Amino acid sequence: MTSILAVDDSASMRQMVSFTLKGAGFDVREATDGVEALEIAKTESFDLVLTDVNMPNMNGIELVKNLRQLDNYKFTPMLMLTTESAGDMKMQGKQAGATGWIVKPFNPDQLLSTIKRVLG
Amino acid sequence: MSVDLSQFHQVFFEESFEGLDIMESELLDMDPADVDDETVNNIFRAAHSIKGGAGTFGFMPVSEFTHVLETLLDEIRSGKRSMEPRYVDLFLQSVDCLRGMLSDMQEGNDPETERPAELRKEFEVILGMEQESAPEEAASEPDEKDGGWLIDVQPHTDLLMTGNEPFRMFRELRELVGEDNFEVTADIDSVPELSSLAPEECVMNWQIKVTTSVPLDDIKAIFEWVEDECDLTYSPLVGTSEVEAESSAVDATGTPAAGQLPEAAAVASPEKTAVVAEAQKSAKPAKAPKKAAESSSIRVSIDKVDSLINMVGELVITQSMLGQLGQDFDLSRLAKLQEGLSQLEQNTRELQESVMKIRMMPISFAFSRFPRLVRDLGGQLGKKVILETIGEQTELDKTVMEKINDPLVHLVRNSMDHGLETTEKRIAAGKSEEGTITLNAYHQGGNIVIEVADDGAGLNEDRILKKAIEKGLVPENNSLTPEEIHNLIFLPGFSTAEAVSDISGRGVGMDVVRRNIQALNGSIEVKSQRNVGSTFIIRLPLTLAILDGQLVKVCEETYIFPLVSIVESIQIHRSSLNHVTGSQYVMQLRDEYIPIVRLDQIFGLRDDKDVVDEMMLVVVEGDNEKIGIVVDDLLGQQQVVIKSLEQNYQKVSGISGATILGDGTVALIIDISSIGKNIVPVKRNQNRSERAA
Repeated sequence: MTSILAVDDSASMRQMVSFTLKGAGFDVREATDGVEALEIAKTESFDLVLTDVNMPNMNGIELVKNLRQLDNYKFTPMLMLTTESAGDMKMQGKQAGATGWIVKPFNPDQLLSTIKRVLG
Repeated sequence: MSVDLSQFHQVFFEESFEGLDIMESELLDMDPADVDDETVNNIFRAAHSIKGGAGTFGFMPVSEFTHVLETLLDEIRSGKRSMEPRYVDLFLQSVDCLRGMLSDMQEGNDPETERPAELRKEFEVILGMEQESAPEEAASEPDEKDGGWLIDVQPHTDLLMTGNEPFRMFRELRELVGEDNFEVTADIDSVPELSSLAPEECVMNWQIKVTTSVPLDDIKAIFEWVEDECDLTYSPLVGTSEVEAESSAVDATGTPAAGQLPEAAAVASPEKTAVVAEAQKSAKPAKAPKKAAESSSIRVSIDKVDSLINMVGELVITQSMLGQLGQDFDLSRLAKLQEGLSQLEQNTRELQESVMKIRMMPISFAFSRFPRLVRDLGGQLGKKVILETIGEQTELDKTVMEKINDPLVHLVRNSMDHGLETTEKRIAAGKSEEGTITLNAYHQGGNIVIEVADDGAGLNEDRILKKAIEKGLVPENNSLTPEEIHNLIFLPGFSTAEAVSDISGRGVGMDVVRRNIQALNGSIEVKSQRNVGSTFIIRLPLTLAILDGQLVKVCEETYIFPLVSIVESIQIHRSSLNHVTGSQYVMQLRDEYIPIVRLDQIFGLRDDKDVVDEMMLVVVEGDNEKIGIVVDDLLGQQQVVIKSLEQNYQKVSGISGATILGDGTVALIIDISSIGKNIVPVKRNQNRSERAA
């Protein structure tokens, strides 16, 4: 089963993302910030990482940067969930190694179609 | 796939209210002249989450309002602007406004629009924006280039290391334009010998020919994520030769390449992802089912849940052990049975403690509203006030916490209004310019103690006494100690209209505060010293669900008295009771007369003629008045779980609830304050007449 690590400090967003993805048949693991996600990622492998940008402790950009240092995450698609429609955050994310982004607000269908796009 | 988003609304509201609390407390702690990045980041993050969630779950008015607030915060965060006191005020007002909007929406109503519009205007003036321009139309213009495009894709070597996969994009493009209109050619010239090939690098280039009328923006959207990791060139195919096409290339960023045709410029409009375009069409908020605004759920830390699961595990083990023992039991295994039962008792107690802990929350939840209150009130009263909070992590039951909020607010308002002196008076009295209000919480025995202290002028005993005499609350010739005088402020009727001010008045006197606290089985007292300050001390049980009870016997019935109300228990003879009026008895207990209540009489348990001579009297204190309750016998003391009589039957005067005892029988819990109510007038008259005599 395709596995996804969903990282967001907002419980409602995390629940929505997780519910949507599980409903579409994905195996979903949740984390509430970058630090927790990084810990999980060190012991488990995922086919895709979906992360919010603004989070306490470790933000999404730092998380992507750190994940890319891990051997089994070199080529893993990583998407950022961001409300920043301005290019600044996207640029920082890209430089950190993010694959792409999904702009908030998004609905479950948009989320699924983007994820399916990435996973092919 | 359709997902019902309303199932996430409650969580969204809860976290948004929490976010607003964080914003408020950070703003209140902030010194605008010296703001650290972390504080602004915390505020920004909270606003940002609310905006993101509101947009996703369809609460557009909240999302739009938070947007302007976030814009100003972002400018402060990025150092474009520095924090100013007026911004702090505006942010605080916005927090209030958002709280109102979210509450409205939580209840399924449309949020108010006037206040957000006013505040929004203020933000826009600060930000130098006139009116937010209408959202850009994301729809692309119809493309006149219906011949198609030649796309040159030259990835940088590190493309794969962003998780992007060229074939994925090609597949997507093929789906977009149709298989028949799609042709891709790989350029392998730059692929090195196998021995020097670095497998992590992308070393191939591609040329894709799409013959389609699909708008260029849609094609570009597919490559949007890799614009910086690829050199992308889009050249129109106008049914001409490729040589011509190349000369009209448009690079990926939309900047016209050298020799570009004018038509190409027209299609190089600012890109927007498909996601953005669709998202802006988000549906209007669905009406949420009407829900109570008060939070009906609690957050429980994983530790507490784990400990509960652990306890249940132990209980299951004990149960299976006892089950086995019961299957073929003989007396030789009695010791084992007793061991098992004591194990069960321990498990049950631990489980009970763990379950109770779930309802416990740190008092910081109640304290957190005070910085704002003190700040606003200080401004209103023109007093400089510092708020200190101690013991914020002290835990108490969620219900108790919710109910203690109003009395606490009243006490703090009262201390600020009447307790603390004006700045001038403080300086004249040699005190610091700023007054201090201290909120302190700690556990003492099975209770939580909350103190509200001020370093103000202290209670004026002469004035209190004078007023109490005027009101007829105490006789003129009295020998009250200063402590007794201080506690007169809790008497009903002490608060007068002239004492009611905008701040602490609201027509609610200290007697109401005391009544509310007593309704929680708690007590309040005041300690005060002239020119040093006053401290209100509230004692509350840790929970309302369990009561430390004294079991008593009356005829064949067992009743429970809250242990906290019992002053003493004494054996008396029937002859020591005196009749006053009708069936009302009083008894002289040392130097005071106390009214006597006979439970057997109140509950109609036996005829008067059957009353025995030797009686047991339990002296209890409710509403600061002692009463004696006659019972037949004192049984043991134990913790009892309170079951509501109101929910299961109906409200009964004199009874606060019921419990189920170990033997399965139901015992009623006596409500000390209401059982004494019927006799209070008699008692007062009696006391006074006795004293006068």
